Amino acid sequence: MSRIGVFICWCGSNIGGLLNCPAIAEEAASFPGVVFSTDYKYLCSDPGQKMIVEAVSGYRLDRVVVASCSPRLHEETFREMLKRAGLNPYCLEMANLREHCSWVHQHAQEAAQRKAVDLVRRAVAKAALLEPLSPNRIPVTKRCLVIGGGIAGIQAALDVADAGLEVVLVERAPTIGGNMVKLDKTFPTFDCSACISAPKMAAVAKHPKVKLYTYAQVEEITGYVGNFQARIRQRARFVDHTKCTGCGTCWTRCPTSVPDEFNEGLGKRAAIYIPFPQAVPNKPVIDATNCRQFAEGKCGVCEKLCPAGAIDYTQKDEIIEVEVGAVVVATGFGLFPWEKVYGEYGYGRYPDVITGMGFERLVTAAGPTSGKILRPSDGKEPKTVVFIQCIGSRDEAKGKEYCSRVCCMYTAKHAHQVLEKILDARVYVFYIDMRTFGKGYEEFYRRVQDEGVVYIRGRVSKVFQEGSKLVVKGADTLLGEQVEIAAEMVVLATGVVAAEGAHDVARMIGISVDKDGFFQEAHPKLRPVETHTGGVFLAGACQAPKDIPDTVAQASGAAGKVCALLSKDDLETDPLVSHVNNALCTGCLACQGVCPYRAIQPVTITERLPGRPPRERVVARVNEGLCQGCGACTVACPPGAVDLSGFTNEQLLAEVDAFCLCARTR
Amino acid sequence: MLLGKSQIDPGFLASTARASGQDTLSHCYQCGKCTAGCPTAFAMDYKPNQIIRLLQLGHKEKALGSRAIWVCAGCFTCTTRCPCGIDIAQVMDNLRIVARQEGRTGQGKRAVLFNELFLRSVRRNGRVFETGVVAAFNLKIGKPLHDTELARFMLKGRKLRFVPVRIRKTAEMAGLFAKRKKG
Amino acid sequence: MRVGYYPGCSLENTAKEYDLAARLVTNHLGIQLVEIPDWNCCGATAAHSTDHLLAVALPARNLVIAEEMGLDITVPCAACYQRLRTAHRELTENRAVAEEVAGVLGRQYRGTVRIHSLLETMADVGFDVLSAQVVNPLKGLRVACYYGCLLVRPPSTGCDDPESPQLMDRLVETTKAEAVRWGYHNECCGAALIFGAREVALKLVQRILRNAVDTGAQVIACACPLCQSNLDIRQGQVNKAFGTNFAVPVLYFPQLIGIAMGLAPRDLGLETHFVDPQKALRIVSG
Repeated sequence: MSRIGVFICWCGSNIGGLLNCPAIAEEAASFPGVVFSTDYKYLCSDPGQKMIVEAVSGYRLDRVVVASCSPRLHEETFREMLKRAGLNPYCLEMANLREHCSWVHQHAQEAAQRKAVDLVRRAVAKAALLEPLSPNRIPVTKRCLVIGGGIAGIQAALDVADAGLEVVLVERAPTIGGNMVKLDKTFPTFDCSACISAPKMAAVAKHPKVKLYTYAQVEEITGYVGNFQARIRQRARFVDHTKCTGCGTCWTRCPTSVPDEFNEGLGKRAAIYIPFPQAVPNKPVIDATNCRQFAEGKCGVCEKLCPAGAIDYTQKDEIIEVEVGAVVVATGFGLFPWEKVYGEYGYGRYPDVITGMGFERLVTAAGPTSGKILRPSDGKEPKTVVFIQCIGSRDEAKGKEYCSRVCCMYTAKHAHQVLEKILDARVYVFYIDMRTFGKGYEEFYRRVQDEGVVYIRGRVSKVFQEGSKLVVKGADTLLGEQVEIAAEMVVLATGVVAAEGAHDVARMIGISVDKDGFFQEAHPKLRPVETHTGGVFLAGACQAPKDIPDTVAQASGAAGKVCALLSKDDLETDPLVSHVNNALCTGCLACQGVCPYRAIQPVTITERLPGRPPRERVVARVNEGLCQGCGACTVACPPGAVDLSGFTNEQLLAEVDAFCLCARTR
Repeated sequence: MLLGKSQIDPGFLASTARASGQDTLSHCYQCGKCTAGCPTAFAMDYKPNQIIRLLQLGHKEKALGSRAIWVCAGCFTCTTRCPCGIDIAQVMDNLRIVARQEGRTGQGKRAVLFNELFLRSVRRNGRVFETGVVAAFNLKIGKPLHDTELARFMLKGRKLRFVPVRIRKTAEMAGLFAKRKKG
Repeated sequence: MRVGYYPGCSLENTAKEYDLAARLVTNHLGIQLVEIPDWNCCGATAAHSTDHLLAVALPARNLVIAEEMGLDITVPCAACYQRLRTAHRELTENRAVAEEVAGVLGRQYRGTVRIHSLLETMADVGFDVLSAQVVNPLKGLRVACYYGCLLVRPPSTGCDDPESPQLMDRLVETTKAEAVRWGYHNECCGAALIFGAREVALKLVQRILRNAVDTGAQVIACACPLCQSNLDIRQGQVNKAFGTNFAVPVLYFPQLIGIAMGLAPRDLGLETHFVDPQKALRIVSG
């Protein structure tokens, strides 16, 4: 018979404010196996833990029940405490009196009190059957995969590589640099974006510890923390980069001209191209969908021109397999596709209604207008420019509910740039609430107001073309009046959304996404760079809208986590995993079908039964590195051959019995 | 502005939300897009976003007594563009209905009069007798010669009827009007 | 094609030329309009500003009649169209309202009737079929297609994109006329306010006329008796109130299509407009 101690936590007033904790402790003292029972203000505090440790030795306890908050918060805390008390850390059972009781039943004190007692009774029933468990050890591959070559991926790759670990960096576009390298200047300091990101791009490409794949995609990731296998598809560039010198002769005579995505469609590019002059690698690719050679089977202009003989129309995609111990996901963000839903602003049909990213390309010296702010329609300099914020942000009717965080600031920067470049310009910004949360941001906002930018609090209802002007119908909600402006250019501050294909990436890696398609961090406050999948970390705007400083900080954070993980030679696995009883297993593999972590594989065993010749048969086997202990297999197994340590069938039935007892006694 | 018990009706937001089928009234963050696109806001005392604000604060008297609810043309521009998905035009309709039920139509006398005459014609004939309704309206507002030049034009084009068209089953109209809430 | 026809009260009074043109042109195109027998008024603004139940019950009676005859409905009036669509929506989505209405109506609506605007019914014929019927192309005529509110708003009942409606433009273009792009195509004309707040309504009319003229339109096309009468017969009052001198013909879109198909102007009721459109049409048809 086990000797169980029960400890009821007040959690200050969180639990103690509603429930009578001493009464719960008193009742628990009568439960089978309980030899000691008490309550305390904060069990997680140092004196609280000390009290439990002393009770373990004083009353020779071998099982401990802590009734407090969610195990997600403090299970680890109390397990460590049990170790200090000389007990196996898995001899702990928790009852959640806070999230499952006091917080949700504030208006039903009496019933909540009864429920709390029942929750403790259940925990005691299970505790009596707990077994000591010990973790296994698995080896670690000391190499990190970084998916996405924007500023987040570059920063994470550099930090990990500088720590002496190998990095494989994979980027989908023909160049690294991501969204940041498209920007002209950055708020609030006006650092030139290219000037501060280009050196990092060069550094990561040259780093001896970094293997860079551009124009490539990660297609599959299998394995588990410390032991992932990644399959990378290197898309055919049709240019042999080992021969190409990047001289640029090829694209000068290419007959194709298509809208240039790097310039947000405001410029043109050839079918053989580098996205921008500072691209890394600084060698071209052929866009086969728009190339005449591929479409019509004849052209060959670039092949004839190339002095290095690097053009190869027969090049095929290549598959590369790598083993890594950790993965950093840094796939960035997209911009809200406003043309699809904002009919009141013209569905993208008015050429002089552009996006903030389009404005970046217009205002940057490397852009299609060499940095002159000119109207796409007629190439004239606009004298009246209207900025509209919250396009797709804070718009639950047709966009996203959330605030994209960066638009207030980038619009303020744009407004400043208009006044800087067009001296007699009038600049209006329609805003709803200004959100200038970062260091130096509010000061920046005040500065652009001083410079003459007119801020109008209200959304714009409609923009329409009238002659060469754009009529902007808005409201000034502070005056309670309508405002109409005849503008020459309108810039829409489109919000930040999850990157295209983010769902596929999540599915491939086995991480979850939130309601808006951003990757879900393990804990919103305390584990912001981890995911629920061990060994997979997040960096940058793929997790939520972020500005550059926050992105870089998170990337370095992810790199720190990777270094900590890969600094070990082997890892302890969580013992709360499934096990197959070979004697009962029929090899039906129903368990394999339901396992969300691909942790179950068939293996062939040789069975030796007394009096019979040995025979081979198939049984299921759980990979303890992959198993996350969800228990789906235990339910699916027809003969009941699979059991989950820490949540055995016997333990669960004991809990159910305890609850049934509660119901019967009432 | 006082927000004491005697000035506000804290339940008014909820009752309006219920009556107009709107569950996001409390989401309104006063962006003013409704006002920005409203064709008649120039003639309103409280702009559409301010009407919603009055509801949020429980200022029933001010909302029902406003000219805005009677100047609203029911064009649904606000409804179409509200980022919070609020059917503001429907809310305006409900405010008109409540104002009429509670006899607070001071700012909308003519609109209410016209609606009454219109509905009386429909109840009697099953269809609206335009000539009769307009004539009665002009008489009641003391401008019997209102729009005579238009009447002359319409006579010329034989657009005016002098006897109402009646549907066969006018009795069914009485049934439809039976449960109408009195104002 | 056989379809139920709900003309609405205006079409037997001040907008009889819309009724004439709609019947004539649809007949020419082989669409058989079956007038909903003993139809009643939809209640219009008067009902929905006064009583929610009444606002659904009045159109519901027409829906039930059409349903019993197995007919879909086409509606020439934007206001009636929106009231019928709204009632259909309420009756099929709000069980409490449906039961209450069934109570006062004595009949249950099953929700099987499809309600179309006349724009949709004409477009269903096919733009190429319409083009093929044109014998008198309106080449050179610049038309501002005016949608107003209730054909396209709210989005839950509208028959086209609320911000960028195209149906009427496409229909008018089959006549070889040019449908101009203009900003006020879906702004409100204030017809509902003409009795309650006339000075406000006239201002809205003035703005729409101004924008149409500025865009270079020679005529305005519309698909609603209330819009038409507001934009057409109020022009004198607008000119007086604002010191303007507008004289923009405002036509019903089937009138334009009818002219292009070679139907007689008199049969299409062209002589009954406040601003005579025949001069503008003569220019283009030589």
